[in-house]
Amino acid sequence: MRIAATYLAACRYCLMALVALAAALPAAPARAAGIAPGLLDPLAGDDTQAKLQVISQLGRTAGDPMALSVLEALGRGELYHVAAQRFLLKDKDGALRDAADGAAAELPAQAEPIMLNNRLRRAIQGALAGSRLFSDDVDVRLQAAVRMQQSTGDAAAGLVRKALAGEKSAQVRHALEIALASAELQSPDPAVRRRAAQALGEAKSAAFRPRLAALLAQDASGAYAEPDAGVREAAAAAVRKIDRHLSIIEWAGNLFYGLSLGSVLLLAALGLAITFGLMGVINMAHGELLMIGAYVAYVAQWLFRQYAPAWADWYVVAALPMAFVVTAAVGMVLERSVIRWLYGRPLETLLATWGVSLMLMQAVRSVFGAQNVEVGNPSWMSGGVTVLGGLVLTYNRLAIIVFSIAVVGFVWLLLNHTRLGLFVRAITQNRSMADCVGVPTGRVDMLAFGLGSGIAGLAGVALSQLGNVGPDLGRAYLVDSFMVVVMGGVGQLAGTVIAALGLGGINKVLEPFSGAVLAKITILVLVVLFVQKRPQGLFAPRGRSAE
Amino acid sequence: MKPSVSTMLHQARERRRLFSPAAWVGVLAIAALLACLPWLNLAFPSGHPLHVSSYAVALLGKFMCYALAALALDLVWGYAGILSLGHGLFFALGGYAHGMYLMRAASVGASGQARLPEFMVFLDWKAYPWYWAFTEHFWYAMLLVALVPGVLAFCFGYFAFRSRIKGVYLSIITQALTYAAMLLFFRNETGFGGNNGFTGFRTLLGFDITAPGTRAGLYWATLAALLGALVLARAVTQSKLGRVLAGVRDAENRLRFLGYEPLGFKLFVWTLSALMCGVAGALYVPQVGIINPGEMSPENSIEMVVWVATGGRGTLVGPIIGAGAVNGLKTWFTSVFPEFWLYVLGLIFILTTLFLPQGIVGLLRRLAGRLSWRKA
Repeated sequence: MRIAATYLAACRYCLMALVALAAALPAAPARAAGIAPGLLDPLAGDDTQAKLQVISQLGRTAGDPMALSVLEALGRGELYHVAAQRFLLKDKDGALRDAADGAAAELPAQAEPIMLNNRLRRAIQGALAGSRLFSDDVDVRLQAAVRMQQSTGDAAAGLVRKALAGEKSAQVRHALEIALASAELQSPDPAVRRRAAQALGEAKSAAFRPRLAALLAQDASGAYAEPDAGVREAAAAAVRKIDRHLSIIEWAGNLFYGLSLGSVLLLAALGLAITFGLMGVINMAHGELLMIGAYVAYVAQWLFRQYAPAWADWYVVAALPMAFVVTAAVGMVLERSVIRWLYGRPLETLLATWGVSLMLMQAVRSVFGAQNVEVGNPSWMSGGVTVLGGLVLTYNRLAIIVFSIAVVGFVWLLLNHTRLGLFVRAITQNRSMADCVGVPTGRVDMLAFGLGSGIAGLAGVALSQLGNVGPDLGRAYLVDSFMVVVMGGVGQLAGTVIAALGLGGINKVLEPFSGAVLAKITILVLVVLFVQKRPQGLFAPRGRSAE
Repeated sequence: MKPSVSTMLHQARERRRLFSPAAWVGVLAIAALLACLPWLNLAFPSGHPLHVSSYAVALLGKFMCYALAALALDLVWGYAGILSLGHGLFFALGGYAHGMYLMRAASVGASGQARLPEFMVFLDWKAYPWYWAFTEHFWYAMLLVALVPGVLAFCFGYFAFRSRIKGVYLSIITQALTYAAMLLFFRNETGFGGNNGFTGFRTLLGFDITAPGTRAGLYWATLAALLGALVLARAVTQSKLGRVLAGVRDAENRLRFLGYEPLGFKLFVWTLSALMCGVAGALYVPQVGIINPGEMSPENSIEMVVWVATGGRGTLVGPIIGAGAVNGLKTWFTSVFPEFWLYVLGLIFILTTLFLPQGIVGLLRRLAGRLSWRKA
């Protein structure tokens, strides 16, 4: 085992030396004569069994970079047979080399690539994983170890044991131990099998569940697949452990997605709640303001790609203020031109704003086309972090949760610690009284409407990171955000927050049982029932301001 | 200028009457004129100056269904102040109820034996689900047309009005209701054809549904239903009940203090309205030959509201005019400038609410008032 370690050290040294010399040879192999002459010859023949042997032999010369690159080239179909004992391969950079010593070479006309069938391909994958277990790169080793977890048999077990002895990284060791247990599940010794089953149970990965469950299976005559009762017991315990872990993951996933959906709903409904609380008017064009926000993100992305490609990853940050300003302006124009004339007639306002929403939608269609436009996640928002060994929390959803918290904080500050907020609250409570004591209601209406619309714009940018951006974007959120507002009630930020998170959470909890559509219907019915009990929402205004 | 007590009394007595004689003549004359159109279509060959194209007849038939729905909506919005954004649901339910009968009539194999509609075959169902029972009988289907929207409206209305949900809250809840129903009907497993709904109808009571005679019959049935509904709605609104409803609309709390319980009044007019809407849907489906969950989309329901608003809410005749005018415009625009139709519709929404709170009928009345003032 020590040999392997010293050998690795030697490889590393060679590589370092090469880099230091800045050798003209691009990525020359570390050791020249890695492959015995004639070893590869059966590959050119017709005997699949012999080919398989060659492949497993290549895999077992663990850690030889030449063997590795031969295997890789073979897997890609870029290993060429020229003559007996002479093979050429095309490496990853597309350069041709001699398979024996790695010297650069020309491809002769009579060279033919080695053909593969599926069986050979599988063998190559296994062998590659085996030889990658000894790679210098921790990540490559980890990947290989994870891959080895699916392989069975003595050969694999031996290879894993060998790798385990020389492995230092705790993460890779852990993966290797699981791989070892997985390989040992076939061992003839019941004690080894039992230990393996226990180890797999500790690993808590769904991937092993079928294999463990197979041990517990009974055939027609009632005999178990696994003869030893102790092993069966261990396997059953392991299956239970895995199942429990899976259900934890599922619930955590539901919670996360519920939270994420809740914050999307919150963002979509927050602006609506402000305008609704202030004027008692439901702004049917709110969904279209979301849509405009999303299109601003699209325009920002285009501008950045066009004029500042180096900064293209940060277009989202620039899109936020842009969207706020644009939608706030649209909202203020809407308030001054239409809504102002309809105060005290909420139902008419509802219709007029619906008309506005139709026109905005058609306008966006005329400018950007009826098709969805492509808004990409910036690189720092794509991907995700894996927790609990199987639950992926995507960065864009995490970012939206954080963002919605920030927006709620911003709105809370604005409403509770600024003069405008004071006025808004005063008007929400009693419009005519506020007017009497000198609150400029007209201006506050306009500004508050602008604020609500601006928040819709921010929400639109957030939505553009989650799904499709098209002229119909707002419609999808229209009914949902109404539900949030109706449930949350007027004039309380807390009501909106709780209603949004509650609806999002319930939706995602219901989904696995009843499917997405029925979950949505259930939610709507629940809201209708809820409003029976509390017609003014969660936090109804009490006293005189209640109608 | 405030009307004097005597004129108010006079008006009150006036209101008891169903229509003034002049209005009777006008309504019946227009109805007779409309009734002639399919006859002109059938009696004269195309090319003849008196010929009316089948397209025009079909279009008018469709518009009259819309008008019936708008009339129903006006009954609740114009007279009881309940703005429903979910009347499309009742319309579609009536349509689906009739569609079930039409589907069964169309699902007949080559040798005349009944078989399952294709969408059920795709689902691998072996028999009709229980709620399709008896729908092969026309009269039972007609019962469903009235019953399904009626019962749903009654239950929903009972709970909604009992907890005093009103104003925009009620509007939003009705919108959610139709949205939820739309999602439900989009599912294939619901058993109503999913996305595609019902189509491919062949016969109605044994008559070929595409034959000009059948179409004329449907047209006349629609006209009769519309006329009947107009008279019925007028009778309701002219009665004492109608005046209580106006009280509900204008000052519900005051009415409550006076000792009226608005629940029953609201519930009655709400259910009646849903029923009418269901009938409109049932007449609509065989004429257009398709019903799908798209009819339940919130957009459609709001569009119904704009018919009423354009024509003039609380006038009964107005919604009929409004449904005709808006849909006429829509037909013209979507064929000539399809990309501008939504702008126009949006403008109609905004301009009627801003400048024509009483709609076309209100405008006409104002013009008439000005004329008579000039004369005086």
